Amino acid sequence: MELLYFGDNGWGDELFIATLMTVAVSITAMFIGFLFALIFTPLKLSKYKILNLIGNFYTTVIRGVPELLVIYLFFFGGSGAVMYVASIFGYFEYIEINAFVTGSFAIGIISGAYSTEVFRGAIQSIDKGQFEASKVLGFNKYIHFFKVIMPQMLRLALPNLSNVWQITLKDTSLISVTGLVEIMRQSYIAAGSTRDPLLFYSFAAVLYLLLTFISMKFLNRLEKNYSRGF
Amino acid sequence: MDFDLMITSFPKLLNAALITLKLLSASLFFGLFVGLLFAILRLNNNPVINKFAYGYSYVFRGTPLLVQIFIIYFGLGQIEYFRSTFLWVVFKEPYWCAIIAFTLNTGAYTSEILRSAFQTIKPGFIEAGKSLGISNKIIFYKIQIPIAIKQSLPAYGNEIILMMKGTSLASTVTLLDLTGVAKYIISTTFKPIEVFIVAGSIYLFMTFVIHNLIKYLEKKFSYQ
Repeated sequence: MELLYFGDNGWGDELFIATLMTVAVSITAMFIGFLFALIFTPLKLSKYKILNLIGNFYTTVIRGVPELLVIYLFFFGGSGAVMYVASIFGYFEYIEINAFVTGSFAIGIISGAYSTEVFRGAIQSIDKGQFEASKVLGFNKYIHFFKVIMPQMLRLALPNLSNVWQITLKDTSLISVTGLVEIMRQSYIAAGSTRDPLLFYSFAAVLYLLLTFISMKFLNRLEKNYSRGF
Repeated sequence: MDFDLMITSFPKLLNAALITLKLLSASLFFGLFVGLLFAILRLNNNPVINKFAYGYSYVFRGTPLLVQIFIIYFGLGQIEYFRSTFLWVVFKEPYWCAIIAFTLNTGAYTSEILRSAFQTIKPGFIEAGKSLGISNKIIFYKIQIPIAIKQSLPAYGNEIILMMKGTSLASTVTLLDLTGVAKYIISTTFKPIEVFIVAGSIYLFMTFVIHNLIKYLEKKFSYQ
């Protein structure tokens, strides 16, 4: 048990920092996912077949392929792709991408596919009258989206978004294969050097449970806040 | 694009996909029993049994699958007493460890799916059965289970696809499943995109087949 103490003899402080890293990667990935969703949700809802096809291709491929495979693609292919783009601009040195960037980008793309589906479903389940009413009232596009559609969409999307957050949080454990020191990687290192894998992996499980528990409490409160009056 | 590599790696990856399918079918088979058992325990009126089943599903759904595999594969071998029992024969094999971890994980999700299916059965069905004098056992097997299957099919289809993606984690405990072989080829040839396209297409094909199979079953079970 003293292996979990803070300080030089225990792994407590290392694991605490690793937990912060997991949270940081999850939040960054979730944010990158929102950016992807912002691009692909309009594509999926577009009138044009070709744009629909692009949107569907993204969500189908990412949701049908294991997360680990996507992470390997980014881990092994990431710096190659960046170097290729840099070579177009006349930069030929070796570029190494940080594990944090690769990891949050890979997880972000995965989380983005789920978020896209959630936003699409939420927008589609808004009453048609709302769209028509805001058109009749002559609102411009900005007010139409941000003041009429978005508040209603968020209320409908929040319960599912908290699921996406859970999935994203758990998926970050997979980027330990790239060497980024988050909970899983730190437990692996600690288990290797103390030969006590049972303790450290069980403790990692407890840390993940704690993270999901706290975030669920927070998200439930947010949900209640957004569904006032319903 | 290295098309030669794509062609030569295809049979290797296809072979590895068989291991993925084996892992998937074994864990789904056992997971269904675990899920059914815990769903029944969840609906029990005894608060202790109830809480225990809830705790099981909460823990397995709240932690990453990777942690679960590592605890079972690396963690359990550490207990001296455990290594002297006959169970050690099973637990020293990464293949069985992976199946046990997947079974427990999918069992937790399945129990939630089945529980909500049982809870949404209209009480009228059970009351009708009781008033006809049918025994509780037959009501359960002949009325509740068929309705629950029909109710839970769409959600269970999603769970099968999630589990198929989950089997990729078997590659972290030295098993050479589809992802494991794909990673091996990538790390020896440094051609991630080509291998990703081939391996990804195989996964997508499996998703496609599972998706349509569930759709077919849904149609079959809907009584119209």
